[in-house]
Amino acid sequence: MPLKKMLLSAALLGLFATLGTALVAYTYEYTHERIAQNERDALLRSLHAIIPSSRHDNDPVADSIEISDATWLGSNKPQQVYRARQQGKPVALALTAVAPDGYSDDIKLLIGINYDGTLAGVRVTAHAETPGLGDKIDEARSDWIHGFADRSLSNTTAKQWQVKKDGGVFDQFTGATVTPRAIVKAVRKALEYYQQHRDELFEAGEPPVQETGQETGHG
Amino acid sequence: MAEKSLRQITREGLWGNNVAFVQILGLCPLLAVSSNTINGLGLGLATLLTLVLTNTTVSAIRHLIRPDIRIPVFVMLIASIVTAIELTINAFFNELHAALGIFIPLIVTNCSVLGRAEAFASKNSIVRSLIDGLAMGLGFAIALTLLGAMREMLGAGTLFDQAHLMFGEGARALRLTVFADYKGFLLAILPPGAFIGLGLLIALKNLIDQQLERHHEAAMARQAETTGMASEAGQ
Repeated sequence: MPLKKMLLSAALLGLFATLGTALVAYTYEYTHERIAQNERDALLRSLHAIIPSSRHDNDPVADSIEISDATWLGSNKPQQVYRARQQGKPVALALTAVAPDGYSDDIKLLIGINYDGTLAGVRVTAHAETPGLGDKIDEARSDWIHGFADRSLSNTTAKQWQVKKDGGVFDQFTGATVTPRAIVKAVRKALEYYQQHRDELFEAGEPPVQETGQETGHG
Repeated sequence: MAEKSLRQITREGLWGNNVAFVQILGLCPLLAVSSNTINGLGLGLATLLTLVLTNTTVSAIRHLIRPDIRIPVFVMLIASIVTAIELTINAFFNELHAALGIFIPLIVTNCSVLGRAEAFASKNSIVRSLIDGLAMGLGFAIALTLLGAMREMLGAGTLFDQAHLMFGEGARALRLTVFADYKGFLLAILPPGAFIGLGLLIALKNLIDQQLERHHEAAMARQAETTGMASEAGQ
């Protein structure tokens, strides 16, 4: 009798596990394409915000390479470089980088750099900074991140590449200095990396393959 | 045990047995996302949806499950339902997902969800469980929003900041500046502010309850007096 009871309980447990898994599997099947599309859209929006599509005629997402440099890009994981060209000539690139020394967890950045080495713009793509304090780095919450546009290693000295508290030109937030300091440092390092590797960054990789379907819906 | 009426169930969820103020359950998400009104409201609504769905499902299968396996079954159901909700929000309300981020999967850890499944839905009919889920969820959402509003007002001097993350661009105008030129009060936004704020809100609720009781007692006494006088006059 107890054996029968046990088996019944086990069967019921198994049944509900199957039902639960089926529900999740079905929802995943139904949503994963849309979620991937949302992520692509978000990336494209950030890309277009820092490198307007009027400046290039290629598809930077298709014309991308992976690089890896833990010292300069803040992470030992491969980072993406999206290259924008006009009639085959390099215009700008946007690379992903990580600011590892934020207040909590990695801050992921998308850094747009014009061919001449000035910043086209910077966006935070993922972070876990304190809501209400450090999250002002998010473009949706404050325009602090716009302060990077047009800066370069030549028009801003190494000493100026710091937050104001440390003697530089970038604002910090009341109560949150660690976060802006981490981003300023990450952006400066990315610029230095670019300065050393500009030509390889634009030349590396296969010639762009024209992908269909990716470029629809914007421009 | 007399069955509670639907009205009683609603009242308990919203006030008398409020998840946040009386049961003090679900503190992890409650304290983590209540740093502003909109985040509080967002997580509150997601929890409300979860509670309604889990309560209804648990109630629907309550005759099928045996007591010795009920907890693992509830946990599996809740986890699957929350995952499904998270995927759906990510797919169709991407902006909201960006704003609430990791807090949606955290609903699984909100013990009030399992608590209601165990304490109520496993013993009551579907309709009553649905109402209980609605009332409890709404009570929790209101508590979260209130705490969020309080912390945002004290911490940043605004209300409904970043409403556009949830309701679209048109909602940007909802933002209220309560104190112009406010310097900010850091403590209110940081985690200790959440504990202090929740403590103050619970104190306020208890104060209101006390006042109501005193009012009620006074009314009873007055009634007793007048009926007493009436019967004296009648003699």
